[in-house]
Amino acid sequence: MLQVRNLEKIFHGRKGRVQALTPTTFDIAQGEFVCLIGASGCGKSTLLNMIAGLEEPTAGEITLDGHPITGPGQDRGMVFQHYTLFPWLTVLQNTEFSEQLECNLDYDTLTSQEVEERSGRAESLLEVMGLGDFHNALPRELSGGMKQRVAIARALVNRPKLLLMDEPFGALDAQTREDMQEMMLLLSKTEGISVIFVTHDLEEAVYLASRILVFSPRPGRLVADLKVPYLIDRPATLKIHPEFLAIKRQLVDMLEASKTQGQKWDREALLKKVTREKTDA
Amino acid sequence: MRKPRVHLFALRRDIPRWIYYCAAVAGFLLILGVWVWCSHRPTGDENVYLPKPGLVWTTAIEVFQDETVWQDIKISFTRVTAGFLLSAAFAIPLGIWIGSWKLVEGVTQPVIEFVRYVPVPALIPMLMLFFGLDELPKVMLIFVGTFFQLVLMVADEVRRVPQEFLSVSYTLGAKRGEVVRLVLMRAAMPGIFDALRLCNGWAWTYLIVAELIAANEGLGYRILKFYRFVQVPKIFVYLFILGALGLLLDFLFRKFNARVFHWADTTKR
Repeated sequence: MLQVRNLEKIFHGRKGRVQALTPTTFDIAQGEFVCLIGASGCGKSTLLNMIAGLEEPTAGEITLDGHPITGPGQDRGMVFQHYTLFPWLTVLQNTEFSEQLECNLDYDTLTSQEVEERSGRAESLLEVMGLGDFHNALPRELSGGMKQRVAIARALVNRPKLLLMDEPFGALDAQTREDMQEMMLLLSKTEGISVIFVTHDLEEAVYLASRILVFSPRPGRLVADLKVPYLIDRPATLKIHPEFLAIKRQLVDMLEASKTQGQKWDREALLKKVTREKTDA
Repeated sequence: MRKPRVHLFALRRDIPRWIYYCAAVAGFLLILGVWVWCSHRPTGDENVYLPKPGLVWTTAIEVFQDETVWQDIKISFTRVTAGFLLSAAFAIPLGIWIGSWKLVEGVTQPVIEFVRYVPVPALIPMLMLFFGLDELPKVMLIFVGTFFQLVLMVADEVRRVPQEFLSVSYTLGAKRGEVVRLVLMRAAMPGIFDALRLCNGWAWTYLIVAELIAANEGLGYRILKFYRFVQVPKIFVYLFILGALGLLLDFLFRKFNARVFHWADTTKR
């Protein structure tokens, strides 16, 4: 469905050119839940922004169902780490934000079925996300988890083919995050949607993903493409299953190995210093 | 139950409301005390340059029984408000443009920065040549005094809107014009209205300068006239009127903002 071909991004800053992403190629199939992991500066957010059409690639091509991506569009929804609800709109108005846009008012190109289907879509999404009683609440009255649920509902309302998520649960507390992960997993199944999910939380990646792409930093490079052999139903207890932990371990090793000079500290030397000081005292 | 400790001197800590209000009253009383002390003469006669509070009070009663003061307030208020509204009408759209498009910023901002540093009173001769001696040059002076500041503040407010708001709007299918209209303008509005509040304050400070231009009524003009006749108590009365008007307008602006922009996170302003 999504094809990424030799995609490359170079930033020209004041300090010269920085290669954020070396030429990268991969495909994502319909219904996959792909997590992108890697240390900061590995270009995963840049990659996500290019797929969203918010940033232009320096070279290479991205196509979605055969159509090249040239800019942002409704076929790709996006959810950010920081709460991006419009504070002046209520929960329902936020979710329905795109309805007032020109591209959705063009009744010449929409079939009557599409128009009919759209009405009630926001309400039903909010309903399944447990926000049925909060239609008229303002964002400032909501907790962090609720805000992100509204943001997800808003991104899904146009039935995008692809949902792009940039560390969406990064600012949430551990409990809420687990809750959101489970919801996201089920939601992606019921919506039958493909998801690209950037995270730095390995447990989150293994728990959610059907596939994990590992990136190494400076310059950003795709170093591994991992399938996660789990079923659709993933109970939260899965996180302490030996097989789960083995995959997580594997990822830790991979990320450690991908570290470049300057990102690593000398474990042996520091350990030696600590023990020496202990014996001295 | 343990009584909550009151930290009166802890950095940035909130103090109980009633103590805060008492402190505010104490501030005024302190000034009044200093005033009484400074104006006191051992001989018992009146200090010509610093009248006693009592004398200012009796003068105030006198002043308010006369028609003139109301006329002065009315004309000054009209001048300030006309200049201020004119300034807002041009500064808000232009500021939004500057904040939205770098190209517009490039064309206009350096020019505005330049003009901003020309002292406003220095423009009086040109304003008189351009606009005559009637009301127009006075209003234009207040306009010039506030417009250039306001444009930059509005533009800053627009630039302060988080980039994520734009990104999310684009991915929801919004076009550029829609992003400006439905997101940038809406998100920046509370900040813009706060800028208007500050700007209204400056408009009043330029009033005195504006009323140097061939005026024969108005609060600023009247103070200058009292000065010529050394009617110091009356000057004090008029200064209090100016202060009270400023306080009142500021209060109204705050109330309006709190009501219209109730959705905004008030902890941030």
